[in-house]
Amino acid sequence: MSIKDIQNEIIDEFSMFEDWEERYQYMIDLGKDLPLIDDQYKTDSNIIKGCQSKVWVHADLKDDKIEFTADSDAIITKGIIAILIRVFSNQHPKDIIDADMDFIDKIGLKEHLSPTRANGLVSMIKQLKMYAIAYQTQLK
Amino acid sequence: MFNVETIRKDFPILSRKVNGKPLVYLDNAATSQTPQQVIDVIVGYYSNYNANIHRGVHTLSQEATDKYEQARQKIQNHFNAKHAHEIIFTSGTTHSINLVANGFSTLLKKGDDILVSALEHHSNIVPWQMLCERTGANLKVIPMNQDGELVIPEFDALLSKNTKLVFVNHVSNALGTVNPIEYIIKQAHLYGAAVLIDGAQSTPHIKPDVQALDVDFYVASAHKMCGPTGEGMLYGKESWLKKLPPYQGGGEMIAEVTFEKTTYADLPYKFEAGTPNICGGIAFGAAIDYMNAIGFDAISKYEHELLEHATEKLLEIEGLKIYGTSKQKTSVISFNLEGIHPYDVGTILDKLGIAVRTGHHCAQPIMDYFNIPGTVRASFAFYNTKEEIDVLVSGVKKAKMMLS
Repeated sequence: MSIKDIQNEIIDEFSMFEDWEERYQYMIDLGKDLPLIDDQYKTDSNIIKGCQSKVWVHADLKDDKIEFTADSDAIITKGIIAILIRVFSNQHPKDIIDADMDFIDKIGLKEHLSPTRANGLVSMIKQLKMYAIAYQTQLK
Repeated sequence: MFNVETIRKDFPILSRKVNGKPLVYLDNAATSQTPQQVIDVIVGYYSNYNANIHRGVHTLSQEATDKYEQARQKIQNHFNAKHAHEIIFTSGTTHSINLVANGFSTLLKKGDDILVSALEHHSNIVPWQMLCERTGANLKVIPMNQDGELVIPEFDALLSKNTKLVFVNHVSNALGTVNPIEYIIKQAHLYGAAVLIDGAQSTPHIKPDVQALDVDFYVASAHKMCGPTGEGMLYGKESWLKKLPPYQGGGEMIAEVTFEKTTYADLPYKFEAGTPNICGGIAFGAAIDYMNAIGFDAISKYEHELLEHATEKLLEIEGLKIYGTSKQKTSVISFNLEGIHPYDVGTILDKLGIAVRTGHHCAQPIMDYFNIPGTVRASFAFYNTKEEIDVLVSGVKKAKMMLS
């Protein structure tokens, strides 16, 4: 599936919820399915800066596509990174770099997009795209 | 008589909604809300007599100067300082601390000791680390125990003829512990050391008497006492303030300038370079008037009831642990739910319109001591109610249900 298709799928899923509580509950559930980072990569250098909770991300290149794994010590943050990884994992670096992130707004998480927000959603997106840029350079 | 419903009417912000819910503001240790009486003074300043002070011969400047100096006297009276010129206006506690730290850089030498408590806010650690780097003095830490209290025998053991400065907060921002500053000041003075007390977290609840305490420096921020942000004070004993060199150069702080030499102005202007936050200073005075009209005895008695109510109700929640269990506490509760990150709890509470602080509260050494990433901190002011605490308690229960 393309990044756009996955985003639309997530928008569909979130559109079923009537209030913030259901949305958050779903996000927490998504966090439970997060492809977990291998312990050896859970290092300080893989921590994303700018989050009040700790978020570790690791990226591997397989068949020209990036596979992300991650973890967080906070469960809501884990849900947020899980959504991002579902969108970006197993995609070509170039598609990740070019991806439009409007869907965040459409699933009612816009409040998390503020750059000063303590959970650092913006930092997470930036970090994932940085990995894509790094692998894109390798592929050239 | 103390009536919380009447008091709440003074605070316009308390009637707003957050995320569709009535605001429950429990982040008072970060900043307090502002009553209409103080807002009116701020509006009044800019509407009627905004002018630069101490320089103009014109009427507005004279009016602004008078009000500004009256505010200084209000602060002097509030803290019972001997002289008005012992009150220095600053931009807040952090600025006040830096002013003293900078002053001491000329007075300290290698081998001197500075004692700080393990309960300090970062703003009260970093300036002393910088000072030690500059002077070769040693920074020594007074440790704390599991209840979040300072270990006084350890403090006694650290004191020596090398001790030049002791820095302790009156009340810990992260845990709410009230420290035994009377004892600390007395003992430090036996060794000839100066004592600076950080009153940022005590002044919203307690009215300190700097002469009775015999403290050398006492600092506070207006915005934690129903005043505006960017305004604060430094009290210093006259003898110490005369000894310390000026902090910043600029206008206001000079008596005479030639290219050869500048003579500094007398206290307090020596430490007040440039155009100050005139409106902020005047509003600080108004905030002190406002709090004194309610009365600090009534405030602390009522806040203690809130603290007891909240402690009791929160502890009924299984798996909830309170950090900072000193017998002497202000109305602050730092807590965690077992196995749940404080950030998650804070996020859910925000959705319910409840404002709390989450994180390390700029006191990472305390969090390291307890081996936790941070806490959820609910801090109560005299305008909070038991009903609001009940909203917090059910919010925490909801967060626990959603996050477990």
